[in-house]
Amino acid sequence: MEEYLSLFVRAVFIENMALSFFLGMCTFMAISKKIEAAIGLSVAVIVVLTITTPLNNLIYHNLLADGALAWAGLPDVDLSFLGFLSYIGVIAASVQILEMFLDKYVPVLYNALGVFLPLITVNCAIMGASLFMVERDYNFTESAIYGAGAGVGWGLAIIALAGIREKLKYSDVPEGLKGLGITFITVGLMSLGFMSFGGIDL
Amino acid sequence: MSDTKKILTTPIFADNPIVLQILGICSALAVTSNLKTTVVMCIALTTVAAFSNASVSVVRNHIPSSIRIIVQMIIIASLVIVVDQILKAYAYGISKELSVFVGLIITNCIVMGRTEAFAMKNPPWPSFVDGVGNGLGYSVVLLAVGFFRELFGSGKLFGVEILSLSTDGGWYVPNGLMLLPPSAFFLIGFFIWVLRCKKTEQVEKEEFKIARNSTLREAL
Repeated sequence: MEEYLSLFVRAVFIENMALSFFLGMCTFMAISKKIEAAIGLSVAVIVVLTITTPLNNLIYHNLLADGALAWAGLPDVDLSFLGFLSYIGVIAASVQILEMFLDKYVPVLYNALGVFLPLITVNCAIMGASLFMVERDYNFTESAIYGAGAGVGWGLAIIALAGIREKLKYSDVPEGLKGLGITFITVGLMSLGFMSFGGIDL
Repeated sequence: MSDTKKILTTPIFADNPIVLQILGICSALAVTSNLKTTVVMCIALTTVAAFSNASVSVVRNHIPSSIRIIVQMIIIASLVIVVDQILKAYAYGISKELSVFVGLIITNCIVMGRTEAFAMKNPPWPSFVDGVGNGLGYSVVLLAVGFFRELFGSGKLFGVEILSLSTDGGWYVPNGLMLLPPSAFFLIGFFIWVLRCKKTEQVEKEEFKIARNSTLREAL
């Protein structure tokens, strides 16, 4: 139990997807002007990450890994090079299914998240979590916890940035640094702040 | 011919994918702590962008518009697999250092964005050139960031010592911050600042103007 908590905390703070691995930066910069939008997007990211990371884990361990096809009588087959193609397929498909499911059964949530769901397919944080999961050889439970933690960390970062940017509207920024430039520097400072979590070990 | 040249050079400075369109920043920040990985990443991305643009453009009239994203994604993913396998075979060390970031070329918005915005509407040759141009635009920013980070962070370029380090009896005390993630954000921020001072038309419009301070006379 304890190591799961530690994994979660590490995924949220120390190995924050956005601020220390720079994943999902495109949407991170583009959708962080308003807090409401940032909250909507981060909920969507958490949901999708929590679903796709363990799903990709199952696919990797049962179909793609070296010798995983032994149950089908093919112990020498190593399909791990097909990884990228399968992960992105799984992500695209589950986003699509989630969208249809929400549209049919939870229209309130669909209206709130609708516009963000298609964006998520090309969010590197989702793909990145699956790739890290494979690289670090997590098992099924670990991958679910890692996925959720990575999502929460990413969400935390984008909501914090949106809050800062809302305040930043009232400040007098030099020409040329306006908009994107100052956002980068803000994110740099946030990332510096998050580095102080480094070394925490539960 | 001049058209081709224009397609090739516009994305490098005038319409840079990273600085102006905010595309593909993820990997721009993560792989730039030394120049060797940066160069490999640039070559990989430019290759994938060029060939995915060309291949999408070849089949553009046969793709039903409702599934075009998936078709583009599969083409891109297959190209990235090829690049990844080549790296693993011929440059295993660098491939390990780049770790997940080669795979993340798939979700790099530059590649997706160009196939969607350019290759779906243009014939193969201009699309190919456009892919190369955007890859180069991305590379310019990456190389600039990588140059500064490696030079000031460890006093080296491509692993060759340029500034003699104080630990080896030289004069330069390396700035460790440069090797940490935050410095990449600062450098790109400054890069945008410099570029926009030169090209003032790129400065973003403000949503509203801040009123000037009231003068002493008005206050009284």
